Amino acid sequence: MSNDSHHEENFLQKYIFSVDHKVIGLQYGITSLLFLFFGFCLMMVMRWQLAYPETSVPIVGWLLGESDILMPEIYNMLGAMHGTIMIFLGVVPLAVGAFGNYIVPLQIGAPDMAFPKLNAASYWSYFIGGVIMLASFFMPEGAARSGWTSYPPLSIFETGQTTWLIGMVFLITSSLLGSMNIIVTIVQLRAPGLSWFRLPFFVWAQFVTAFLLVLAFPPLEAAAVLQLMDRVAHTSFFLPSGLVYSGATVDVYGSGSPLLWQHLFWFLAHPEVYVLILPAMGIVGDVIANNTRKPLWGYKSLVYASVFLGFMSFIVWAHHMFLTGMGQAMSAFFQTTTMIISIPSVVILTAFFISLWGASIRFTTPMLFALAFLPMFGIGGLTGLPLGVGASDIHLHDTYYVIGHFHYVVAPGTIFALFAGIYYWFPKITGRKMSEALGKLHFWPSLIFMNGVFMPMFIQGLAGVSRRLYDGGQLYAHAQDVLQWNEFMSISAFCLAAAQIPFIINVFVSMFNGEKVDRNPWGATTVEWSAPSPPVPHANFEGDVEVYRGPYEYSVPGADKDFSPQTEK
Amino acid sequence: MQIPYIVEERPDTGLNNSKLGIWVFLASEIMLFGGLFSAYVFLRMAAPVGDFAYWGSKLSIPMATFNTIVLISSSVTVIMSWASLKMKDFEKYKMYMGLTLLCAFLFLVVKYFEYTGKFHHGIYPSSSTFMGIYFTLTGLHMLHIIGGMIVMGYFWLPFGNKMWQSDPERFTNRIEVAGLYWHFVDLVWIFLFPILYLL
Amino acid sequence: MSDHDNGHIQEHIKVYLTVFGALGALTLLTVAASYMDVSTTEAIFLALTIATVKASLVAGYFMHLITEKHTIIWILCLTFVFFLFCMFIPMITTIDHASLS
Ligand code: HEM
Ligand SMILES: [Cu+2]
Repeated sequence: MSNDSHHEENFLQKYIFSVDHKVIGLQYGITSLLFLFFGFCLMMVMRWQLAYPETSVPIVGWLLGESDILMPEIYNMLGAMHGTIMIFLGVVPLAVGAFGNYIVPLQIGAPDMAFPKLNAASYWSYFIGGVIMLASFFMPEGAARSGWTSYPPLSIFETGQTTWLIGMVFLITSSLLGSMNIIVTIVQLRAPGLSWFRLPFFVWAQFVTAFLLVLAFPPLEAAAVLQLMDRVAHTSFFLPSGLVYSGATVDVYGSGSPLLWQHLFWFLAHPEVYVLILPAMGIVGDVIANNTRKPLWGYKSLVYASVFLGFMSFIVWAHHMFLTGMGQAMSAFFQTTTMIISIPSVVILTAFFISLWGASIRFTTPMLFALAFLPMFGIGGLTGLPLGVGASDIHLHDTYYVIGHFHYVVAPGTIFALFAGIYYWFPKITGRKMSEALGKLHFWPSLIFMNGVFMPMFIQGLAGVSRRLYDGGQLYAHAQDVLQWNEFMSISAFCLAAAQIPFIINVFVSMFNGEKVDRNPWGATTVEWSAPSPPVPHANFEGDVEVYRGPYEYSVPGADKDFSPQTEK
Repeated sequence: MQIPYIVEERPDTGLNNSKLGIWVFLASEIMLFGGLFSAYVFLRMAAPVGDFAYWGSKLSIPMATFNTIVLISSSVTVIMSWASLKMKDFEKYKMYMGLTLLCAFLFLVVKYFEYTGKFHHGIYPSSSTFMGIYFTLTGLHMLHIIGGMIVMGYFWLPFGNKMWQSDPERFTNRIEVAGLYWHFVDLVWIFLFPILYLL
Repeated sequence: MSDHDNGHIQEHIKVYLTVFGALGALTLLTVAASYMDVSTTEAIFLALTIATVKASLVAGYFMHLITEKHTIIWILCLTFVFFLFCMFIPMITTIDHASLS
């Protein structure tokens, strides 16, 4: 041990500018949870407008300008920022920044990440990006209003977009630094004996995710720079010749192409959805193995499936562009790759389901969330298939069906898995367990209201109601029969918010008064559970770690207990 | 506890952390410029026939050729500076690293004259799609040059001396890593030169 | 890398200088070729071939890729595949699109 672990750290060094992966992980976790909450609040204001169009918004109405009615410009702002915040400031930082940072080094028996200072830089870059995004609400121009996809030509002319692009550059940088660190950490810092096929599935999921981020984000960064040029230096990368805007021909050189943006954007954004889902699957895998007291079924096929999934996710992107006049050949290509990529997802889901077979399941709170993930992600995935087929996508594209589809993947899917992770690893982080009673009070209403919010979206979407409508479809004849669902969904969303109260209480109460636990309260096998709770600052483990077995050796015949930790001979 | 494999190599991968780190970083850089090159091709196809070649002919080939040679030379000097450290010759390292920085600076000076020359003729990024992508690509490339200069300058100044004395092996690794980055910047220019100036 | 003794390094240096010469020559060659009277397709092909050779020299010798470890080679191969996707799929999509109109 070197002597630098002995010197005293002051408050700033210890909690703010720390380079310890655990502190950075927590910083990421807290910040991203706050952003998730904020993004959810934006959405509740929008849901109010959709349910009760053009009436005063309660509670936060005074924030919305002179009248306390939500104006269309603000609606667009809230929509674009909800998407941006949820994805880039909420889920990714929580799944990769927080869980990746905190858990991966522990699960591979490492004292820290490979590059601690880079790790801190990643967090601070994320933080600055977040501040810029938040600040944009208060700037005279306002926040971005062109959707999280920022399609040109609209995004070139709408206000607020410049700030958005600058914020994105910081967020992209943050993700790049963070994921490079994860790759190097996993390749280089695995404890002796921890060979590739002894890694927990969670680590594999993070590994693939990190590659997706490192290789898919840069083209979006390039595209962001080009869009910035279009806005600031008046180039016309994304503007065709002779474009008419607000009745006048736009005075630029022209000869650019809006489709270029779509290509570069989706080159990132499709892998991004796997960035959102893979860490979630990793968490679910660990939680299921632990609570079924059985090895994960088909561990190797899970690993191969996630690697294949990661690879394929780079060549499906234009399924978001079927309606851009793409030719038959390329359209066929992307339909085929999209159908192929659904196979590994099904493999993973199936392996999880089979793992449940014949198990004596412990229905702990983390397990409930993990179990709910399975059907919810299943719905999200299956409803994606019609979107991947050109013929049906013509009808469904840009409707609420799409919104329903991907929210099933990210909200009751990923978010539930992340909750599972929080309940599961909370004892490791604090040395105390979260309350099971409050946990269940959190889980059941959440499950019900999640479906209340998102299920009707399929109905509306199939009826043809477009997304991003300020009035939720009031003016459209074809929407009249499904309009009544708007109120139902909005009320569900408000109840969903209320259902998070037990969680918030639980976190604070358990942090100080939760049941004190030892280092391995769940009887788990993976390496992190052999560290003290909380793990030693700047070192994690008390001594050297060595690994002797695979990640999920539960109920090994002949063993004296029903779990055989990786660190025990 | 010390993080392992900062200097020594991990037996099964044969790498130290920073070597792997820089290559993963360069992989992301490849994708960054990949996105931009893809944009270049896409825009060239979308533009009227001959438009890119017409605007491209306004650029100065002699200046760019000179800059290409300058950048290639700097790649050689940076690797010589690393080789000097390998041979424990710190004085020579200082000289070669100094030359590298000089080359980088020369590159920027030439680029400055190129840019201002264009501005004098009223040519800006908005003048045409080609000029837009020209300024964007070379501008980003220049940012990479400046970034490299900052890092290498840091190792060239007295900080370098100190680190060389306290931990020579680690210092040599750092120079190797900085060198890898610098070669990459050179490599990007090798493609930028023909696609912007010659085609 | 303690296996590099001085003599070893001296040999490396010779290689570096040779590569330097080759890179300089290729630069002049590509400039000369650009003045040749050939079709655009041929010119593009020629310029990109020369650039690729130069880039391979830099990557192979200056960046030591020809003797680099497997892990790095694998990562770069993967990156290169995605690089190709990013370069060519948008292009092919445009061509496919254009042929319809
Ligand atoms: C759980 C609570 C959530 C609710 C009630 C909700 C609701 C909605 C609704 C109704 C829309 C459509 C707005 C419109 O078309 O005008 C929307 C859009 C969107 N949501 Fe959510 N959402 C939630 C969580 C999430 C999460 C967790 C994510 C991502 C990880 C997310 C990402 C998005 C994105 C990307 C859009 C599209 C924004 C755009 O049109 O540019 N949402 N959400
Ligand atoms: Cu997609």
